[in-house]
Amino acid sequence: MKLLIKGGRIVDPASGRDEVGDVFISDGKISGKKEKADQTIDAKGLVVAPGLIDLSARLREPGYEYKATLESEMDAAVAGGVTSLACPPDTDPPLDEPGLVDMLRRRAKVLARARVYPVGALTVKLAGERLTEMAELAEAGCVAFSQANAPLADTQVLWRAMQYAATFGFPVWLRTEDRSLAHGGVAHDGEVATRLGLPGIPAFAETIALGTLLQLVRATGTRVHVCRLSTAVAVEMIRAAKKEGLPVSCDVGIHHVHLSEMDLGYYDSHCRLEPPLRSQRDRDALAAGLADGTVDCAVSDHTPVDEDQKQMPFAEAEPGATGLELLLPLLLKWGAARKLPLAKTLARVTSDAARILGVQSGRIEAGLPADLVLFDPQQNWRVAPEMLRSQGKNTPFLGYELAGRVRKTIVAGNVVYDASGSA
Amino acid sequence: MPRSSPHNPQLNANGELQHLLSIEGLPREILVQILDTAEPFAGVTEREVKKVPLMRGKSVFNLFFEASTRTRTTFEIAAKRLSADVINLNVAVSSQTKGESLLDTVANLSAMQADVFVVRHGSSGAPYLIARHVKPHEHVINAGDGRHAHPTQGLLDLYTIRHYKKDFTRLTVAIVGDVLHSRVARSLIHGLTTLGVPEVRVIGPQTLLPAGVESLGVRVFHDMRSGLKDCDVVVMLRLQNERMNGALLPSAQEFFKHYGLTADKLALAKPDAIVMHPGPMNRGVEIDSSVADGPHSVILPQVTFGIAVRMAVMSIVASN
Repeated sequence: MKLLIKGGRIVDPASGRDEVGDVFISDGKISGKKEKADQTIDAKGLVVAPGLIDLSARLREPGYEYKATLESEMDAAVAGGVTSLACPPDTDPPLDEPGLVDMLRRRAKVLARARVYPVGALTVKLAGERLTEMAELAEAGCVAFSQANAPLADTQVLWRAMQYAATFGFPVWLRTEDRSLAHGGVAHDGEVATRLGLPGIPAFAETIALGTLLQLVRATGTRVHVCRLSTAVAVEMIRAAKKEGLPVSCDVGIHHVHLSEMDLGYYDSHCRLEPPLRSQRDRDALAAGLADGTVDCAVSDHTPVDEDQKQMPFAEAEPGATGLELLLPLLLKWGAARKLPLAKTLARVTSDAARILGVQSGRIEAGLPADLVLFDPQQNWRVAPEMLRSQGKNTPFLGYELAGRVRKTIVAGNVVYDASGSA
Repeated sequence: MPRSSPHNPQLNANGELQHLLSIEGLPREILVQILDTAEPFAGVTEREVKKVPLMRGKSVFNLFFEASTRTRTTFEIAAKRLSADVINLNVAVSSQTKGESLLDTVANLSAMQADVFVVRHGSSGAPYLIARHVKPHEHVINAGDGRHAHPTQGLLDLYTIRHYKKDFTRLTVAIVGDVLHSRVARSLIHGLTTLGVPEVRVIGPQTLLPAGVESLGVRVFHDMRSGLKDCDVVVMLRLQNERMNGALLPSAQEFFKHYGLTADKLALAKPDAIVMHPGPMNRGVEIDSSVADGPHSVILPQVTFGIAVRMAVMSIVASN
C-alpha cells in the first residue's frame, strides 16, 4: 500500500522543516522517494505533522469500563491526532503484573488505532511498599515505571525503587507531592481556596517532594521524568537540575498552562484536577517553561470521569479532565499566545515526547513509521459534549471556542481517523 | 486564560435575591434590605401572637446533611412564624447512607413541591450545586457549607452590630480564634467589608488562619492584646473539640491563655465594646464565663435576632 499526501504544509519539529510539499508513504513508513501512489490524499490548506505523542492518557481499562472503554478512548485519541500514548498504571487492578500489561497491549493492538505504551506500577498495587517485578513488566512492554497519582509516602521505598530501576536502566516517571502535606486538600492553598473554604494543598507539597526526588537522582543516577509540574518554584528547580546535568525531564498538563485557581469560579468541579490549578503566577511560569524547553512536554493527562462523579460538591467530585481531543487545540492556543513558530509549538507533543518515551516516531523522516496528523489550524470549533468521542465529557473548556481541528490521522501508513467519516 | 465571570448564581435576572448562598457577591443594597426587613420581624417575636401570614401555603424543607439542632430549630421557628409549612429532613442519617446522590435527594424532594430549601452540608459549595439544579420557583438558603459560608449567621451578626452600634463606617471589629475552619468568620468578614467597616481584624495563631486571609480585606494579629486595642466589636469563634490537641494547637489551656477572652483582655477594647459568639460556647476555652455572662455580652440577643433575620431572608427569597 502506497499513499501520497499531496500539497500540505509539512511541519516537522525535529528538523525545523516547514514548507508546502508532498509526503510519500510506503509499507507503513515514510518514503524518501517519489513513488506511484495507490491512494492520494489532498492536504491543501492542512498542516501535515507527526502524530501527537501524549505521555499521559488514561484509557480506564481494566477496571473502570463504566467511565470509558479502551475502544471509546482509542477513538478519542486518533480523533485528537494522537498516534502514540503512554497510559499510567492507575487502572483497577493497577498495571503491576505482566499479564495485565500484555492483555492491555493486545486489546489495543486489535483496535488498531493509536500505539499504546503502558507505564508499569513502581510498587505493587501502587501501595508504596513492595517493588514490582520491573524487569518482567518491561519485557511485557512497559516503557517506564510510575506511581501515577499515588505518590510514595516512604522515602526509603522511593530510594530503593530508584536504585532498582537504575540497575536495569528503566526510567521512572513520578509526580511529586508530599502526601502528608497534601492530605485532605482539594485546591491550591491560596486566596481562592480561602475564599471558597476549600482545604488547600500548599505549593511546597510539590517542591519539597521534588527536592527529595532530585537528591535521590543525584544519589542513584536514575533517569527521572517528573510528571505534571504545577508550580513556578518547581519549574525553577528543574531548570537548575538540568543545568547541573542531572538526567531529568518533565511535563505539564495542558490545562495547567491555561487555567489557574481563579477558574474554579463558583465551585466548577470540572476544575477539580490533580495536581490542583494554582496561582496565575504559577500558570505563567509553566507556560514560559514550556516555551523555553525547561518543561519538555505537554500532556493531556486525559481522565474520563462520568457526569455523576462530577455533579458533586467540589471536594467530593472525582478529579480529572478529558483531554485527548483538546490537546492539539490547547497547545496551538498556547503557541499562538506566545507567538511561537508552529514547528516549535508542536515539538512539545511530538519530537520532545518521542525522546522521553524512547521511540522513533514523532518526526517526518524517511524510513521512520508513518504516524501523521493532518489538521486545519484555522478551523474554529466550540467544545461541546457531542463534539467529543471520549466517553468523558468532563472539561473546564466546555463552551470554549478553540482553533485547530484534526482532519485525518494516520498510524503506520493507515488512515485511522477521517473527519469526513470514511475511516 | 481570560474567562467571562460566571453569572452570580444568587441573583435573578432583575438582580433580586433568588438564593442566599453566600454574603460574598451580594450588593450592599440587598444586605441592607435584609436587615431592614428583619426590624419589624424582631417585633413580631415579642408579640403575643407570634405569626405573620407572609408564607402561608408555602413549604420550607430543612435539608440537613450535617447534624445541627440549634440552626435547624431557628430556621424552623422562623418559617413557622411566617406561617409556612416546615418539613425537617435529617438527611445525614437517611438517604445519603443508602448511597443516594445529593442531586437525587434534591430531585425527590423537589417532586414533593418545595418552595424553599434550607441546606446545611459538610462540603463547601454544596448549596451552589443544589441551586444550579432546582426549579426556577424554588429557592435555596445556605445554612452552612463546610468551611465556606454561613450567610444567615453572618447577617444576624451584622444585625446585632447595627442594633448596638448603628453606623458601620466608624467601627473596628475583631474576629478571634479558629478562622481557618470557620464559615461564620468568612461570612461575617464579607458582610462587614461590604457595609463599609473600615477595620476588620482577625486574631489567632498562624495554624488557625487560612493562607492569604489578608486578601479578604482584614488585618492579621497574632497577639490578642494588640488586636483587641480600641475595638468596638469582638466576635469570638468556637474552637472545635477535635482541634484542641494536635498539630494545630497543643492544648485548650494554652489556647485560652493566649486567645481566650477574659475581662482583663476585654478591657483593652473600647469601654462600650460588645462581645459576640455564634454559639455553642466553650466556656474556659475561647471565652471566660465572666465575659460571656457580663455586661458587654450580646450573645443571647444574637439568638433572638437570628430568628428575625431568617424570617427576613425567607420572606424575601420567597417573594422574588
